[in-house]
Amino acid sequence: MSHSTEPKNSQPLQSALPSHTLVQRLSPHDWTLGGEVLHYQRCPECAHTWYFYRSFCPSCGFDHPEVHTSRARGVVYTHTTVYRAPDARFRELTPYKLVLVDLDEGFRMMAHGQKDLLIGEQVALSFKKIADQQIPYFEKI
Amino acid sequence: MGTQNKVSFLIGSGLTPYGKLEGSSTLDLMAEAAKRALNDSGLKRTDIDALICGYSTTLPHLMLATVFAEYFGIKPSYAHCVQSGGATGFTLVMLAHQLIASGAAKRVLVVSGENRLTGQSRDSAVQVLAQVGHPTYEVPLGPIIPAYYGLLANRYMHEHKISEADLAELAVLMRKHACLHPGAQFNQAITVQEVLDSKPIAAPLKMLDCCPMSDGGCAFVISDQAVGGHPIKITGSAQHHNEQHVSALSNLSTFGARASTQRALADAGRTLEDVEYAAIYDSFTITLTILLEEIGLAPRGQAARLAREGHFDANAKMPLNLHGGLLSYGHSGVAGAMAHLAEAHLQMTGRAGARQTNKAGVSLLHGDGGVLSSHVSLVLEGGV
Repeated sequence: MSHSTEPKNSQPLQSALPSHTLVQRLSPHDWTLGGEVLHYQRCPECAHTWYFYRSFCPSCGFDHPEVHTSRARGVVYTHTTVYRAPDARFRELTPYKLVLVDLDEGFRMMAHGQKDLLIGEQVALSFKKIADQQIPYFEKI
Repeated sequence: MGTQNKVSFLIGSGLTPYGKLEGSSTLDLMAEAAKRALNDSGLKRTDIDALICGYSTTLPHLMLATVFAEYFGIKPSYAHCVQSGGATGFTLVMLAHQLIASGAAKRVLVVSGENRLTGQSRDSAVQVLAQVGHPTYEVPLGPIIPAYYGLLANRYMHEHKISEADLAELAVLMRKHACLHPGAQFNQAITVQEVLDSKPIAAPLKMLDCCPMSDGGCAFVISDQAVGGHPIKITGSAQHHNEQHVSALSNLSTFGARASTQRALADAGRTLEDVEYAAIYDSFTITLTILLEEIGLAPRGQAARLAREGHFDANAKMPLNLHGGLLSYGHSGVAGAMAHLAEAHLQMTGRAGARQTNKAGVSLLHGDGGVLSSHVSLVLEGGV
């Protein structure tokens, strides 16, 4: 079902908001902007490490956190296999695997993954065009 | 704490049937529930001086409380909406309790309702709900709400050695209770095998591990005085808030449900050992499992065994969600969890008919919103 055929009051809020406003301060190569790089942040003051981009450290409030490029390897923390997709684009892919991966640098991210991934497995990241989007995808090393 | 030693009274509750209520609107369902709650309390609509309500995904208005006040025909001196996902219903009750304790209001109407099932396409409901995920880092990956909980489930099952058949026990239990409630969306008993054989949604969660979407409404009248025929006391309340997004949660075993319930019990001058009736949020079988075990109503990994052994039945050690919970009474948004309290009110005032437990003095209620992100706990006591 296309968005235009849905009742107006059910449009996801996301479509009305520039969700990339903050992320635009990242390099355009970041995967959320269509590139093939995974960034994370680290605070030089308190060493806190995190994933969702901010202009400050959410642990100590320091205003100049670092942005780093991840080596994109980690361990599967948990996973699920989605059979019921949110929309037509993803419906074609079902069933698909979603994973939470603990990256070696000390942050966690959500991504797609190889169908048979299990908790504790070592994985490496690549990127795939899925549902017209750049999607991070983990496979066993 | 602020409300220590101050009580307010739940003097009326109103609950509609949940399920497919063709032709109903958000405002109809809210009004019907509010009428039932006022009738139950014995008050007139002009006695109400404050109105607080939840949100509705089918009527996403900036000022739903005022819209409802006009529709229902009241002019409260205090009114607004509250939004904290599935935690909203009990948050509204906590707020009513505190408004009364502070002297800001004397008789608060708490109301929510939504035609969540028939008021929108299933796809659009699924998409709206998935927005609790992160708009940049999660939602573009195609998750649905059950997927967030599927992620929690696999990790929790891995850490605490729980099987899919164990999770299924909680669905069977909620259905068994719903079979005795004429207002429940589902009232045909199910077996563990039927849960295991139901359609996969977000593995390990299957259709019967997930609550349905429902039309329905629920309302309460909360007062500074124990008036009317069915007053019970609100004696404790507390909240806890984690990271919103499942990717950002640091720990998928300890979510703050214990911290929140312990503070609510301390607020009431009670301990977990005093609790005789439990009303615990059950959006998915894994939600109920995690909450029961973190709160301490079951040892880690043992909620399913206790359910199988009858521990949560009406006249057993810890009667739980005797109306059938979100899993089987139904889930109509904010009103979903409020039905847990409407049932507790009936149980505590001896009006639950075939479902009546022989003891519901001190009751503990716990709700969560998001992906176990927001927590709210209430303690209510009978014998007023």
